[in-house]
Amino acid sequence: MSGPNTNYDPVEVAALEPAAVQAAVDAALAAIAAASSLDELKAARTAHQGEKSPLALANREIGALPPSAKAEAGKRVGQARGRVGQALAARQAELEAERDERILVEERVDVTVPALRRRLGARHPIELVAQRLVDSFVGMGWEVAEGPELEAEWLNFDALNLGPDHPARQMQDTFFLDPVDSGLVLRTHTSPVQIRTMLEKEPPIYIVAPGKVFRTDDLDATHTPVFHQIECLAVDKGLTMAHLRGAIDAFVQIMFGEGTRTRVRASYFPFTEPSMETDFVCFACHGSGSTTPGSAAQCRTCGGSGWIELGGSGMVNRKVLAACGIDPDVYSGFAFGLGIERALMLRHGVQGMHEMVEGDVRFSQQFGMEV
Amino acid sequence: MRMPLSWLAEYTDVPEGVTGAQVAAALVSVGIEEEDLHGGDITGPLVVGRVLEFEEQVQKNGKPIRYCVVDVGQHGQMLTEGKHQEIVCGATNFEVGDLVVVVLPGGVLPGGFEISARKTYGRVSNGMICAEDEIGLGDDHAGIIVLDELLGAEEVAGVKPGDDAIALLGLGEETIEANVTPDRGYCFSVRGLAREYWHSQGSPAGGYRDPALVEVPAANETGYRVVIDDDRPLGGVAGCDRYVARTIRGIDPTRPSPKWMQKRLTQMGMRPISLAVDVTNYVMLAVGQPLHAFDVDKLSGSIVVRRARAGEKLTTLDDAERALDPEDLLITDGGEHLLAIAGVMGGASSEVDDSTTNVLVESAHFDPTSVARSSRRHKLVTEASKRFERGVDPQLAPAAAQLAVDLLVRYGGGTVDEGVTDVDHTTPRQPYLLDVTEPGRIVGVDYSRDRVLEVLRVLGCVVEETGAGTDATHVLVTPPSWRPDLVDGPDYAEEVARIEGYNDIPSVIPTPTEGHGLTHGQHVRRVVADALAAAGCTEVLTYPFVSDGLADELMLAADDDRRHAVRLANPISEERPLMRTTVLSTLVDALRRNVARGHKDVAVSEIGLVFRPHGPVAQAPIPGVDGRPDHALLARLYAAVPDQPRHAALVACGLAEQAGWWGPGRTVDWSDAVAAVQTVAAALAVPVVVANDRDRAPWHPGRCARISLTDGTIVGWAGELHPKVLAALDLPARTVAAEFDVDVLTAASAEPVQARQFSTFPPALTDVALLVDVDVPAADVEAALRRGAGSDLEAVTLFDVYEGEQVGSGHKSLAYRLTFRAPDRTLTTEEVNRFRDAAVGAAAEAVGATQR
Repeated sequence: MSGPNTNYDPVEVAALEPAAVQAAVDAALAAIAAASSLDELKAARTAHQGEKSPLALANREIGALPPSAKAEAGKRVGQARGRVGQALAARQAELEAERDERILVEERVDVTVPALRRRLGARHPIELVAQRLVDSFVGMGWEVAEGPELEAEWLNFDALNLGPDHPARQMQDTFFLDPVDSGLVLRTHTSPVQIRTMLEKEPPIYIVAPGKVFRTDDLDATHTPVFHQIECLAVDKGLTMAHLRGAIDAFVQIMFGEGTRTRVRASYFPFTEPSMETDFVCFACHGSGSTTPGSAAQCRTCGGSGWIELGGSGMVNRKVLAACGIDPDVYSGFAFGLGIERALMLRHGVQGMHEMVEGDVRFSQQFGMEV
Repeated sequence: MRMPLSWLAEYTDVPEGVTGAQVAAALVSVGIEEEDLHGGDITGPLVVGRVLEFEEQVQKNGKPIRYCVVDVGQHGQMLTEGKHQEIVCGATNFEVGDLVVVVLPGGVLPGGFEISARKTYGRVSNGMICAEDEIGLGDDHAGIIVLDELLGAEEVAGVKPGDDAIALLGLGEETIEANVTPDRGYCFSVRGLAREYWHSQGSPAGGYRDPALVEVPAANETGYRVVIDDDRPLGGVAGCDRYVARTIRGIDPTRPSPKWMQKRLTQMGMRPISLAVDVTNYVMLAVGQPLHAFDVDKLSGSIVVRRARAGEKLTTLDDAERALDPEDLLITDGGEHLLAIAGVMGGASSEVDDSTTNVLVESAHFDPTSVARSSRRHKLVTEASKRFERGVDPQLAPAAAQLAVDLLVRYGGGTVDEGVTDVDHTTPRQPYLLDVTEPGRIVGVDYSRDRVLEVLRVLGCVVEETGAGTDATHVLVTPPSWRPDLVDGPDYAEEVARIEGYNDIPSVIPTPTEGHGLTHGQHVRRVVADALAAAGCTEVLTYPFVSDGLADELMLAADDDRRHAVRLANPISEERPLMRTTVLSTLVDALRRNVARGHKDVAVSEIGLVFRPHGPVAQAPIPGVDGRPDHALLARLYAAVPDQPRHAALVACGLAEQAGWWGPGRTVDWSDAVAAVQTVAAALAVPVVVANDRDRAPWHPGRCARISLTDGTIVGWAGELHPKVLAALDLPARTVAAEFDVDVLTAASAEPVQARQFSTFPPALTDVALLVDVDVPAADVEAALRRGAGSDLEAVTLFDVYEGEQVGSGHKSLAYRLTFRAPDRTLTTEEVNRFRDAAVGAAAEAVGATQR
């Protein structure tokens, strides 16, 4: 910017002529409009708004005008520069928007290509089923009890009223430790957990005991030497078979849905008296026994009976309570349980034991982290 | 236990038109489980045929097939073509001329199998020659039925081709098969099942006719002499407390058992043999008392019941020579000549045969335990042993003997001796003082006193409302002789509930008053499992059995504690008799299986118990069960159970990250294993330190990390497995693994985390490159830096490791970024430099580091 010129006589300056100014503006606007990129706009800016641009030069000449002419010329040039400035800003915004748009288009990728680079893990569904049942019972105020898998024979058998002559104590059913008279076995059920709990804890007792158990069966579609059970035991004052039925009903509904009906019948187990066997309505055919209503084809889940056997249960035998130091005249208890593998087969359509024990990662992976 | 409906109807009223399924359902309602339903589901034509000729051809699969021509009488469907029935048969157990059972096209066999003429093995088969199991007669599928063998030549004499086989074999009638629980021995008879069916119908008065209610002559001194001489009763229980013997003479050995009896035996799944044998079997099925028939002429002395002597042997009816155990109870002739293992099986020498005319019927009661042990010892499960094991009515012996006598006399033409032997050492059952409110209290249903007493009485109990101890709520109950299982209140409660209907028991959800949720250890286990899954591992559950050779394959040192494994006496496979001492030792099986199935990139994990006996297995005591074992005994019991800590392990091979559009994949390496353990520890907020472990099998000595708590307690190990171990276990090269003790992490995370305060002032960063000997562990350098840097150090990050020309051989350069932050101010450059110099100084002192 030059300062006011006081050393020269006022003279007319051609650049300040209205026509000249207008021409400069026209040229500037044309250049701005013609700029098709931010770089071209930048060149137009330099040419028409820069220090050497006609309008800048004209502006510099204003100082040389006589005072009387300064105002008019100043206004003319100022307005002209304003118009050019506005046009520049507008075109700048336009071109930037275009550029931004273009970049987003240019950066476009195909997001349907694989995104997962790391392998995903999964939990074993047997653990998940146990967890689900456990959580529901914990929610009702029960606690989880556990014990060793290699167990004292007395805790696995004798204390449960399975005397020395009980068939289950044969080598063809039970894994014995070497030497055979060591008094130690791989537990054949989770029931020794009941005994340990009753030996160590005063009633009231409400426990759910999930765990691994062992029987000397060869692996086939329905047997495996290592499998899992979940058992519930309650010992309290005034417990009846009605409470047993209530707990079983809760259990069945957790696994197979609200409103799943049960039916019960008398049975026999050495560790319970009275004993009970429970069936629940087949969740696949809803008790009809056929694949589709009215069809003659038998339901494959329940074999056509409309009912599925859940498992044994009963009121804890007085002898069992006594062996654990609990007074059977004061307390009563009930117990029930089932095989988790079987529940998994029923609930999730697992076809056989092999899949559950082989460790093929595809098996666990189809369940993810929750069942 | 089977039961044809007609037999049931003899002992109790069965409404007209009732089906087998309805009877089965009625029995289920009183707790007798249905096993199966036989018969009644065959629709004809099922006829007798005579094999006229056959041509046998061996098929490509080596199986012989017979193309038969069978005369089926008037049913012949090819007679218009002038031909007898042409049938293809896969069995070879018959000859030309044999009478067989043929189902013709149009017939339906059990299970809804419709028969039609169809092409098989190259020719049209116009029907099928049947095996026993195909028509629901038994389980035999060894060959087809040859009627001569099934029914005996005599019976078959009048049978001709075309006769209806459904009627001949009694297949038109439904037979129920019940699954009898061990407490209901009496239901191993039609007598018992009929009684239960009667109960299911509301026990109407006069609706049950006990077949054992027969007139029996009193015992006398002239019967066959029987001596019970049990000098070693098991657990103080006499091996035999009752022995009834009856003698029938002059039986015509050529007479067969009557047709109706043969049919029933067949329906029950038994095979008619001879009159004497069939009668004993029939009576056993009818009332539940096993009987034995001896040929009197093969006996020389009195019957002596005694325990076996060491070294004695007996050849039983199945022609097996049995080495006897001193616990076996025997029936002997005069004490010396062995006749039978009591209640299990007779010997061959005294067997009745086709020349027997004089028969001694034994009807005895044996100790269930003694019979059970003998049965198991000799792997001999017989119809008799099944019943004695579960308890036979001890008062049944005379009646059962009488039933047999009557049948033998009637159908064999013999006469019974006047002498009646009945050695009776049974003691009457003592009454039980029952609180009549107890059934209601146990079941949860309010049963009235009257109803309880009524139920007990229809069950056959004697109920006395007066006498010692009786009052408004107490009565004296003596159970019937056939119910040894009824002992105390809960037993009677079950009976009341059963007769009233189990399904009437209401459903009441119990409401525990206290519950503390999962324990810390139970939570930890879930966190560990979830963290391992989050780290990319797939959880599997492996059998915890390992081989004798595994410890060597894992290169465990001779004194390694992990060699101390528990051994099973009866493993599933002799290949794997030991219990695992590490989870890794069985988890590798799962990895190998996945690799074999074509999964090249696998990471599997497992959490489970390992079995760690410290020293030889201690003998666990077996206390009594009358009360809680005393403290010392229980302590000994618990202590005898080997330690079973809970471990977690993972093993991985192949790519940790896949190749893809982003570039090449990344092969899993030792650091993934270490990181997984660190991930788990971080999930539990447990600080851990990592050290190089150059001597931890089965890991690579140069690539194994020992992970410990800050107090030095070892958590576990992680890294690459030893190449020799990988070769021995047939695992892929560079397989990595980790195993750690979940119990250690549980204990370490038991205390609640105490929160730190965070500074909100800006951090100051400074980098240092330290030159150290190549063998100096980075962890030691970092520890020294941390020690020297002072309390304002926030983080140490190793961002580069360099070995090469620029640092000279034998050295490496470690580049660290130190982050400092003071809680109360912004640190000045001078302060930061001072801290850094102090950190470097500490590293110089500790590990000889020099700043580059």
